[in-house]
Amino acid sequence: MRKNAVVIRDLRVVRGDRTVIDGLRLDVPAGSVVGLLGPSGSGKTTLMRAVVGVQDKVTGTVEVLGDAAGSPALRRRVGYMTQDASVYADLTVVQNLRYFAALAGVPSPGKAVADAVAVVDLGGHEKQRVGTLSGGERSRVSLAAALVGDPELLVLDEPTVGLDPVLRRDLWTVFRRLSAEGRTLLVSSHVMDEATQCDRLLLMRAGGLVADTTPDDLLTSTGAPDAERAFLALIDAANAVETAPAETLPAETNEETAR
Amino acid sequence: MTLTLATSGRVLSQLRGDHRTVALIMLLPCLLIGLIAWMFHDQPQVVDQFGPMLVGLFPLIVMFLVTSVATLRERQSGTLERLMTTPIRKGDFVAGYGLAFATLALVQALVVVGFAVLVGMDVAGPLWLVVVVALLDAILGCTLGLAASALARSEFQAVQMMPAILFPQLITCGLLMPRDQMPEVLEWLSRVFPLTYAIEAMTSLAAGDDWSDVRGAVGVIVLFIVGAVVLGILTLRRRTA
Repeated sequence: MRKNAVVIRDLRVVRGDRTVIDGLRLDVPAGSVVGLLGPSGSGKTTLMRAVVGVQDKVTGTVEVLGDAAGSPALRRRVGYMTQDASVYADLTVVQNLRYFAALAGVPSPGKAVADAVAVVDLGGHEKQRVGTLSGGERSRVSLAAALVGDPELLVLDEPTVGLDPVLRRDLWTVFRRLSAEGRTLLVSSHVMDEATQCDRLLLMRAGGLVADTTPDDLLTSTGAPDAERAFLALIDAANAVETAPAETLPAETNEETAR
Repeated sequence: MTLTLATSGRVLSQLRGDHRTVALIMLLPCLLIGLIAWMFHDQPQVVDQFGPMLVGLFPLIVMFLVTSVATLRERQSGTLERLMTTPIRKGDFVAGYGLAFATLALVQALVVVGFAVLVGMDVAGPLWLVVVVALLDAILGCTLGLAASALARSEFQAVQMMPAILFPQLITCGLLMPRDQMPEVLEWLSRVFPLTYAIEAMTSLAAGDDWSDVRGAVGVIVLFIVGAVVLGILTLRRRTA
């Protein structure tokens, strides 16, 4: 079996005239749940878009399941859930999932759709139009649409945002189960207590990697009592490093922090 | 092919739930033609002369608007981004939309031409050809809308495309003034606009011409449809900023 599901070397992404990711290097071990954490604007979504192959102006190496990211052979094997619920609001839950199952070429779509509905706990809402669902339910439909093709790698951009604690716990149980079955998950999140559910953690800040660690090591190395404070300690430390030499050039410091 | 059919099935399901859009496509052209027939109720020859042009023109405009906004919504809602990570090819996407709207255009052509005949339109040429040209005009509107949506960044801009792309064609297509009476430059300009051929075919049918007289114009319309489909595929980007 492959050691790493995703291998990234010297990744550089330019958006407009700004370099949003500069020289990133990381691995996502196969069969694990990897959490992607970081403040908003740190490049999490850009990184995920590069992995699924829809990000433009990417240089460097992004290898996914042994192929170059975005190559046609991968499209059946990678499931992507965007940050905003990207499903059709004017279709029912089942109509949406049937369409995405058809696109993924699922052999028995009826069963795949029923399974995906069960996993995200939307039983009873099958015939409901997605536009009439609550925000949390809508994002679960979007998650189900990524699951319905049974992909080997799932790239989930904030799948638990806006969900209540019970649902969040249940979804993380699902993520753990999927990885136990051999699938790889790259999951971004803002909720730090979710970090403890991951096998590995990637902490991003300003388009770079601040830490590539495990939940246990994160706590030990920072000496913080919980993931949230450990994360803040790392971000603050990184901010301090960046602003320290700039104190001799106050004009540029202000410009830098203003961005 | 399977993915094309899955996509057109999905688009048709979306339209089935959208009664306003279906009404806009089916009923609005009828209403407009009804108003004109009423306005000229004591000059039936006006309806005979202009009716065929209008059953070609109204569906084209309506379909342009509906497709450009529908495909733009797909770009904006993130669903297109998601589709681009699945095995669907760009051709499947455009053909899926094209097929769904062509199905609708067929029903529209039958309804609108049928209604025009009902309110007194008497076409000198063969009526089935009027239906065929109306259908092609509607499909042309769809495919132009698909291609135009690539240039728009918001629904507001998509709506702005309509006057920007269609109105110059409306002025030079021969509806306001016979094209041979126009200044030479405008006449030359009208030849590169697709709407000119749509109106030319209908004018010719209204005057009693048959297939052999309109096949040139029909051929040009088909070429424009193919061109707009190719443009629609080329402007679809798998990778975006």
